[in-house]
Amino acid sequence: MQPIVTNALTKKFGSFTATNAITFEVKQGEIFGFLGANGAGKTTAMRMLCGLLRPTSGEARVAGYDVYTQADKVKKNIGYMSQRFSLYEDLKVKENIRFYGGIYGLSNGAIREKTRQLLQKLEMEAEADLLVSALPLGWKQKLAFSVAILHNPSIVFLDEPTGGVDPITRRQFWDLIYEAASRGVTVFVTTHYMDEAEYCDRVSIMVDGRIQALDTPRQLKAQFGADSMDDVFLKLARGK
Amino acid sequence: MRQFFVFARKEFYHIFRDKRTLLILFGMPVVQIILFGFAITNEIKNADIAVLDQSKDYYSTRLVQKLTAGGYFRIDRRLQSHRAIEDAFREGRIKMAVVIPPQFGQSFFHLNRAQVQLLADAGDPNTATTLINYATAIIGSYQQELNGQTQLPLTIATTVTMQYNAALKSVFLFVPGVMTLILLLVSAMMTSITIAREKELGTMEILLVSPLPPPLIVVGKVVPYIMLSFINALVILALGVFLFGMPIRGSMVLLLLECVLFVLTSLSLGILISTVTDKQQTAMMASMMGLLMPTTLLSGFIFPIESMPLPLQWLSNIMPAKWFIIILKDVMLKGAGLETVWFQTLVLCGMTLLFVVMSIRNFKIRLS
Repeated sequence: MQPIVTNALTKKFGSFTATNAITFEVKQGEIFGFLGANGAGKTTAMRMLCGLLRPTSGEARVAGYDVYTQADKVKKNIGYMSQRFSLYEDLKVKENIRFYGGIYGLSNGAIREKTRQLLQKLEMEAEADLLVSALPLGWKQKLAFSVAILHNPSIVFLDEPTGGVDPITRRQFWDLIYEAASRGVTVFVTTHYMDEAEYCDRVSIMVDGRIQALDTPRQLKAQFGADSMDDVFLKLARGK
Repeated sequence: MRQFFVFARKEFYHIFRDKRTLLILFGMPVVQIILFGFAITNEIKNADIAVLDQSKDYYSTRLVQKLTAGGYFRIDRRLQSHRAIEDAFREGRIKMAVVIPPQFGQSFFHLNRAQVQLLADAGDPNTATTLINYATAIIGSYQQELNGQTQLPLTIATTVTMQYNAALKSVFLFVPGVMTLILLLVSAMMTSITIAREKELGTMEILLVSPLPPPLIVVGKVVPYIMLSFINALVILALGVFLFGMPIRGSMVLLLLECVLFVLTSLSLGILISTVTDKQQTAMMASMMGLLMPTTLLSGFIFPIESMPLPLQWLSNIMPAKWFIIILKDVMLKGAGLETVWFQTLVLCGMTLLFVVMSIRNFKIRLS
């Protein structure tokens, strides 16, 4: 069973079709980039896959569970990090970890152990008792990602996770993503930074609610005769 | 279950780390009670008056003494002429002037008729009326005293008793009213703000994606506030009783239970407000405008409901505060039990249920 399978997944808001019959599959351990301009329907699609939004029609199975009837099971088996972060600014680093660990059902012992490992890996041991608001943006993002996969989900959804930081910091964030993917976690990431598209195994590009392209970055560049994903995107968007 | 504790603990962190919230939660009630209790009184105490005593005989002096004996009036100045009266008022220090014409005692005993003139500053009509009434009553009792044992044939003697509040202490009106207002405002406003804040910060999305059942999110948000509001209620009660001498003539247990009920009603109202607002500011505004203003005006707190036009009387029935004030006054002042306030209690229960049901319906589980 593939981690994510959709078939003609559609979401309409009144007469406006945000997501128009998208069909695709994501493989286990893949880093799948979900690209598109603002308003193309990326966030809507992701919300449906997370069990946050009920589709208007079509099918979708995440981690083997149906998003219509088994949304609660979907939620238990995925991780999520939103563009507006996931961490409470007025809670300490440790408190945030303890909160999310508890919510996802980890035992106290497991939380303690994972906290130790996490802080060590991120080199944030000294900041464990700091309020999250005191951390620099890049650190918050890395911490949020680590918290999102704290409960070892098989899939993690990232909604524009690297907004507002410099390219080097973004690169460091992607190192974390690579590391998770190498452990078999499937990563579904939306972004409108086209250079980040190069980091993905496969990329889909949404335009006006439809998937206009879906392939590896290399194949896409060849297909559209472009040097970079930026160009691919411009050609696609212009051609509509 | 464990999820609930984890969640509630987070909520407590939020509350105690937000100075603004703490101020509203604990500072406001105390300040309000003290303000209302001490500063705003309807009764007269140490009202400054001016006296023009043109008789200066034994009887007029006695009259003036009687006026000041009760602590209601205080002589600011003694005037020497009629002209001085106008000036005294204009200066603004006196609210009433008492004029006793010459030969007061003689007129009373020999002509069977003496006159006293009372002039009041009616710029504040209510105070003026009260002052005149007090003074008239005192003069009346002095007249009785002078008349001695003389009994008029076939009279109707009216005995007036002010039930439950013999001294007509305005505090007895204000404490229940302020308590209601504070509980309503704090509970409703706080709850609506906390939920709106999650939405505004985006962390609501995360909570909804997590395995937390949405009802638990709401409950987890509300329970800390129930506890804190209840503490608030106790503080206000204590202030009312020990600082202002409010009696609790009814059952303490009943009183506390009714407080819990009202806190629940207010909290569910707060949740309802939060389901239709996305921003903290909006939530706060809605709570203030939609709750504070109408409640103050229509709940019977300051203005009696019975004196309002009929449509407004009907409108006042949808204010939870109106019903709770009745319960508070009945239990505290009249010592009423559940058999007297059962109807009001039922109304509050019904309202709570209604708000909760509406909130659940509105609660957008799937963000759209």
